[in-house]
Amino acid sequence: MAQHLDTLKEIVSSFSAAYVKTPTKLKILDAFSACALATAVLQFVYAKLVGTFPFNAFLAGFFCCVGTFVLTLSLRMKVSEYSGKPAAAKEFGGYALAMLTLFIAAVNYIG
Amino acid sequence: MAGPAEATSQTAQRKAFGNVLVGFALLCICVLASSVRLFSVIKYESVIHEFDPYFNYRVTRFLSEKGFYETWDFFDSFTWYPLGRVVGGTMYPGLIFTAGAIWNVLQKLNIPIHVQEVCVFTAPLFSAFCAIATYLFMKEVRGRGAGLASAAIIAVVPSYISRSVAGSYDLEAVAIFALVFVFYLYIKTLNTGSLAWATALFFGYLYMVASWGGYSFIANLLPIHCLACIVFGRVSSRLYIAYAPWVILGALAAANIPVIGFNAVLMSEHMASFFVFGLLHAALAIEYIRDMLPPRAYSAAKKLVLTFGSTALAVVLALVVSYVAASPTFGWTGRSLSLLDPTYASKYIPIIASVSEHQPPSWSSYFTDLHIASLLAPAGLLLCFRPLTDASMFLLLYGVTAVYFSGVMVRLMLVLAPAACCLAGLALSEVTAYLSASLVAAQQPGAAEAEAPSESDGGVAGKKDKSSGSSAAAAAKQAAKKAAKKGSTGASPLGLSGSWKPVPKDVAIVGLVLVFLGLSLFYRHSVYVAGEMYSAPSIVLQSRRPDGGVKVFDDFREAYAWLSHNTHPDAKVASWWDYGYQTTAMANRTVIVDNNTWNNTHIATVGRAMASPERKAWQIFRSLDVEYVFVVFGGFIGYPSDDINKFLWMVRIGGGVFPEIKEPNYLGADGNYRVDDQAGKALLDSLMYKLSYYRFADCGPMFGAPRGFDRVRNTVIAKQDFELKYFEEVFTSEHWMMRIYRVLDKPNRDARLRNPRRAKLGRRAPSKRRQPSGALSK
Repeated sequence: MAQHLDTLKEIVSSFSAAYVKTPTKLKILDAFSACALATAVLQFVYAKLVGTFPFNAFLAGFFCCVGTFVLTLSLRMKVSEYSGKPAAAKEFGGYALAMLTLFIAAVNYIG
Repeated sequence: MAGPAEATSQTAQRKAFGNVLVGFALLCICVLASSVRLFSVIKYESVIHEFDPYFNYRVTRFLSEKGFYETWDFFDSFTWYPLGRVVGGTMYPGLIFTAGAIWNVLQKLNIPIHVQEVCVFTAPLFSAFCAIATYLFMKEVRGRGAGLASAAIIAVVPSYISRSVAGSYDLEAVAIFALVFVFYLYIKTLNTGSLAWATALFFGYLYMVASWGGYSFIANLLPIHCLACIVFGRVSSRLYIAYAPWVILGALAAANIPVIGFNAVLMSEHMASFFVFGLLHAALAIEYIRDMLPPRAYSAAKKLVLTFGSTALAVVLALVVSYVAASPTFGWTGRSLSLLDPTYASKYIPIIASVSEHQPPSWSSYFTDLHIASLLAPAGLLLCFRPLTDASMFLLLYGVTAVYFSGVMVRLMLVLAPAACCLAGLALSEVTAYLSASLVAAQQPGAAEAEAPSESDGGVAGKKDKSSGSSAAAAAKQAAKKAAKKGSTGASPLGLSGSWKPVPKDVAIVGLVLVFLGLSLFYRHSVYVAGEMYSAPSIVLQSRRPDGGVKVFDDFREAYAWLSHNTHPDAKVASWWDYGYQTTAMANRTVIVDNNTWNNTHIATVGRAMASPERKAWQIFRSLDVEYVFVVFGGFIGYPSDDINKFLWMVRIGGGVFPEIKEPNYLGADGNYRVDDQAGKALLDSLMYKLSYYRFADCGPMFGAPRGFDRVRNTVIAKQDFELKYFEEVFTSEHWMMRIYRVLDKPNRDARLRNPRRAKLGRRAPSKRRQPSGALSK
């Protein structure tokens, strides 16, 4: 058990060492995605505890968060392919359009 | 030698010419696709066909009168009396809103076309759009040549024509276009990896979900494709952008449509997409971590995950299995289960099993419906592997799954049609390119390059159609030019590795001629099938007279018109559920059951009434407030789809709910279904028998046949002269195809006395003829 913990610590430290080297832009996007995912998990746990009525409101909130997570992750993947060149900004247009659509679709469900 | 500037301007000119040719060829394909579906309007008239389209037409008529918002809330009190139907929540709105929108636009442009005309011509219009969508789809998969060939084949493939002739105003008319368009958007997103296209995919999928229940095919095909990409190591950011936003946005889109509602996230049909969604994230995470960690740490992490992760996965799986097993159908709806297990419907849901288009297809129907596409499709399947891209793998999976489902139900041949056409187009374009390139290569050492295209388009493959022959040469020239371009630069067409060997010149010419002949046969067959087999509106029948003229049987509309003019507006009409939509749309009267078949017990009640003796049936109908009952009878003219032939299904469905109805009672002593003197006793007493054959024996001898000869069952009926005690015949159409009876308030006490207007019982009728058609009393 102890050696498992040791390997875990080693893996985590090497991963964080490599992660520190990623560009700031990508780290911001990663943080935003993690935030969205955490909100989604929170909503799911809340729905499990309190009940799913009204279900459409739960769907709106949950899918909005998961959708944000997915889209931000997609943007991050595209931006990392450009490896930091300013031309990556044009990908943002598609991202904005997709997020707008996601929010309009989710708004349809809010009670 | 031409300088580099001249060379580029030459290629630019060639490209422009090629684009113009492609556009012209597509225009011809669209015109062809629409025209071949107009046979029904030419041969019969501009009328809505079959049964289901009448419901769509009625809702579209309501939409044109009241508007989009009212239609969303439409509650139909004219059907399923006394329950009614929440139309807004139980219909797929895509087709109806599309036609309504087209009608609105035309009205605003001051073109006063009646809603019925818009409905009739929606299907040919959208078949033209489907051809364009197929071109775009195959252009993404393989290239413009494959796109044009696929579009040319799908324009006239008989399977698609059968569900989209002018007048067939059913969901498939727009749904097949939406299906191919969603596939195009998915592959485009996959190839470009752009989020803007992912948004377009959302809108395309929204339209598809609104149009047809077959959207669950897409909802499962995309996860299968994603899973295949993961397994074969083709995970990339493009795949993620194509698939993951679709899962989320698609679930939101599907839940927006009331008829699907929360099933989009709760029912098993959609679980596959979420499952693969998780798998995709896991696969991407693994790749990301592998990139980030040094190799030693990565292998240690892998070991750790495998030991602990497998237990976590087992726990999750146990949860999912317990949730799914809690429902008796494992979370699948009845219709989906009947697709997965072909024997399910016949065991548990007789209504689904009784529909003729839910039966498995015969082998010959594959050839009739697909013709040359069924021969070329396997070649296309092989060509998907050369080279195997994400897009061609998608086409491969689409073809294979579509073939399985087409084997379950005849109506799903329609889902196979675009797949078969795309694969066949792929094979066709590759064969043509190879042969043309061989021809060009054979020309190369000798003549100038300019001769090669003109040589090859003499016998080149193209579309042969009697009305648009010029398009054949145009498309052929385009394919030849592309092949010539490829051949001249020495690069290999078709993704064959550089060492492709051209076939000899005469083999190439013969090959091209054979391809051309094969396509001509296909076009001839398709146009013939479209004209002769699939254009019948089935509400009007035609047959040939001995002198070659056409005899028209318009009995159904005659009877519905009688109902609409001669009955009280609040009268309730009972019949078998096949005719429910037509009755509400044309006769404008309330019906008890209709084609929606959502309430099995209600249908079983009507079936029980039809199968019961007269008094019992009278009581059942009186309890439902029914005033008129009608049956469809084909024994006078030999129309085989009448109610007596459907009667066993009424017995089975009724017997499924009311155990006193036992099928063996209605069969003869030898176990066969017959209406002559060997018939089952319960059949002779049943209301259906009595209503169909009442006074049938009085028709007089027909063409030398004995008295009471049923021309469909080809026997003399058993009970020939009887009176009805609880019903009164009010209308029989000209050829006896629709017979309407009124449910009496009190039984007819004189039924046992001889009716003085009839001939003496047991003797041939004298010259007194009954009135041909019309009310007997009142």
